[in-house]
Amino acid sequence: MPDDLNWAIGGEAGDGIDSTGKIFAQALSRAGRHVYTSKDFASRIRGGYTAYKVRTSVDRVESVVDRLDVLIALTERTIDENMNELHEGSVIVYDGERTAMQDVEIPEEMVGLDVPLKSLAEDAGGAIMANVVALGAACEVSSFPIENLDASLEKRFSNKGTAIVENNKKAARLGQEYVQEEYDHDFDYDLETTDADYVLLNGDEAIGMGALAAGCKFYSGYPITPATNVMEYLTGRIDQFGGKVVQAEDELSAINMALGAARAGARSMTATSGPGIDLMTETFGLIATSETPLVICDVMRAGPSTGMPTKQEQGDLNMVLYGGHGEIARFALAPTNIAECFWKTVEAFNLAEKYQIPVYLVADLSLAVTEQTFPPEAFDMDEVEIERGKVVDEDNIDTWLDEQGRFQPHFPTADGVSPRAFPGTTDGAHMTTGLEHDSLGRRTESTEVRVEQVDKRDRKVETAKEEENWEPREFGESDADTLVISWGSNEGPLREALEFLEEDGIDVRFLSVPYLFPRPDLSDAIEQAETTIVVECNETGQFADVIEHDVLERVERINKYTGVRFKADELATEIKDVIAPQEAQA
Amino acid sequence: MSSNVRFIDFKSDKQPTWCPGCGDFGTMNGMMKALAETGNDPDNTFVVAGIGCSGKIGTYMHSYALHGVHGRALPVGIGVKMANPELEVMVAGGDGDGYSIGAGHFVHAVRRNVDMSYIVMDNRIYGLTKGQASPTSREDFETSTSPDGTNMPPVNPLALALASGATFIAQSFSSDSKRHTEIVKKAIEHDGFGFVNVYSPCVTFNDVDTYDYFRDTLVDLKEDDHDPTDREAAKKVILSGDKEYQGVIYQNEDSVSFEKQEGIEGPMNEVPDGAPEGAMDLVREFY
Repeated sequence: MPDDLNWAIGGEAGDGIDSTGKIFAQALSRAGRHVYTSKDFASRIRGGYTAYKVRTSVDRVESVVDRLDVLIALTERTIDENMNELHEGSVIVYDGERTAMQDVEIPEEMVGLDVPLKSLAEDAGGAIMANVVALGAACEVSSFPIENLDASLEKRFSNKGTAIVENNKKAARLGQEYVQEEYDHDFDYDLETTDADYVLLNGDEAIGMGALAAGCKFYSGYPITPATNVMEYLTGRIDQFGGKVVQAEDELSAINMALGAARAGARSMTATSGPGIDLMTETFGLIATSETPLVICDVMRAGPSTGMPTKQEQGDLNMVLYGGHGEIARFALAPTNIAECFWKTVEAFNLAEKYQIPVYLVADLSLAVTEQTFPPEAFDMDEVEIERGKVVDEDNIDTWLDEQGRFQPHFPTADGVSPRAFPGTTDGAHMTTGLEHDSLGRRTESTEVRVEQVDKRDRKVETAKEEENWEPREFGESDADTLVISWGSNEGPLREALEFLEEDGIDVRFLSVPYLFPRPDLSDAIEQAETTIVVECNETGQFADVIEHDVLERVERINKYTGVRFKADELATEIKDVIAPQEAQA
Repeated sequence: MSSNVRFIDFKSDKQPTWCPGCGDFGTMNGMMKALAETGNDPDNTFVVAGIGCSGKIGTYMHSYALHGVHGRALPVGIGVKMANPELEVMVAGGDGDGYSIGAGHFVHAVRRNVDMSYIVMDNRIYGLTKGQASPTSREDFETSTSPDGTNMPPVNPLALALASGATFIAQSFSSDSKRHTEIVKKAIEHDGFGFVNVYSPCVTFNDVDTYDYFRDTLVDLKEDDHDPTDREAAKKVILSGDKEYQGVIYQNEDSVSFEKQEGIEGPMNEVPDGAPEGAMDLVREFY
């Protein structure tokens, strides 16, 4: 169990809660401590309760917990909202001089520190620094050397001039000194520092950084919580690598722009949340049938409809697996932690281009808004490998021309992957379409060609299943009777839950699945276990359903996809063909 | 780019399935001629087509092409051009594709002013679904789904473009091959969004907006009579509402395409074998 401190600052949206929390988190990270942050927030710009929470330890922290040790409460509601997490000995810092806070009653078993945040801030140069005074107070409470705040304050305020930076440093010290002098109390917390080097980032930033590492040059999107940070991260930075971010008029446009850029040969992506995926699904089938490599990131939030835009849910699994009319070949990857947001983004680009297929990158709000510490080696750029698949150029395009010299972008190869010629390539001119098409990309209604192309697209998926790694990540005891399976962001909290269980003598095998489709075959693991539990952040158990489906006894199947309906005599023959082996045995 | 490309090189070996006499034949021929005469060839040209009779054009022309989702051709064209500004991008579609399901994209594509041409084959009817009212159908136009007329005024696409900040607005008639080709050439050469609404009659389902109707009423805006750089003059023509016009109605000669303004310099199709140089600096930002 990590020896941790759980700290929070809460108030009204617009009070600078986020930036203050981030300053403290950064200071901890720079002092060589692990950090895991979370946010309580509402979908509004001002007003309403919001909080930034920090869990910190010298050991790695992977989750939030239901315990709050130090709370900076800018409003009375902040205390009420967190009452269930506060405990005996919790410290609450508040400004009793504020009219709205004058009647605040701190429960007896807790420690209330009435610090005149605003007055002290004014002494330091301006009331606006009240939150920084609170940070100083928090440093004193947690025996965290205040010098560690300085670099974070510099990072945050350096663009406003050295005077502002110095005033903030002074404000922090006034807060610290006030607590030191006014409260002769031995707080139980001692935030030791280490020499470890950490970076602090959230999942959206990791996805954006992964896209840049993978050579993504074009991003089009439409702002939506909680995916907007991907776009904001890439804006400006992508230009340094010769790329561009475009803010489209809606998600319909965003995905079609991304599609156009991908057809032109750029590594291209878009990111959105569930409501955006609803709109993008219109174009999803076109991406797949035109065999265009595209990365589509769904940063999930609670649905359906507008749902709870600032709350966590893994409710879009069925949509990413099955969304869209007709049958659409696709891959779906779900990063299991923030570092994996980076690596799975890189992998998504490689898979998209190798197999000329749309790839869903499925993250969620908890990954998107959590800031977590990692050693910088967790993002070792030297480990990034780029695979572009079967791109042809002027020198080898001849192999792929038909007898009339026409390029065949959908040639039915043995592995299902066809050659790809970027526009501008001599002799490569070709069309493609969302209509069923022949190997030249031209519309067809031929039942034979239809079947050939459907089979070809399916063959790509089969090739990928064989060639690529789709294994789950394994934790815990491999021979335990209890098997826990989860996907996406639950990995961190489950890893820590395993430690709690171990203390109680309970062994668990935990398989964390980052691949939704293709996905690992878990039937052996399930068979070995006495109890299998599937953990996911939704109501119906969508992943549990697919796992159950995967281990079901197989039925015989009759399928037809020529574009022609079933015929009675044909069906009778097919059914006889299926049962014939049994008759032969009899 | 080779200088001896002929318009026939832009023709595919697929025979069009348009009805005999369809205006789209003339529209497409003019597009191919204009592409050839502006020094393009099929290997550097990208045609994006919408859905509908007009959307079939990508199949009948020879170039790099995508036949996409109904109404979304313009965003695809924008993506192609921004990712490779060296390509000649031409988007083609119908009045339903552009002014109904795709109307939102039309407004924003006009605003964005990416250097491409947009050729709308306007027949004022839905042809492929066999004769329903389109956004440019007349108010009293009776169809299977509007037996008493549409009871809505038609969209004025030129006015919509003007109000959205268009830098090039033109109109042509598919049957006037010479003028149509000339006008499309100007749209191609314009540094920005070259919008051409083409009267492209439907001989099967529209017995009102016919070849005869356009021949009888069309006013040709020759450059001697109309200064396309004069926005006020353009506004008068576009909002007059009493006549059908062909010609370049408005052109902002100072137009600079969006991608140039955004500083895009070349194709985005190259990717190094590993993370790009300087990528580790991205990690260090998070210290």
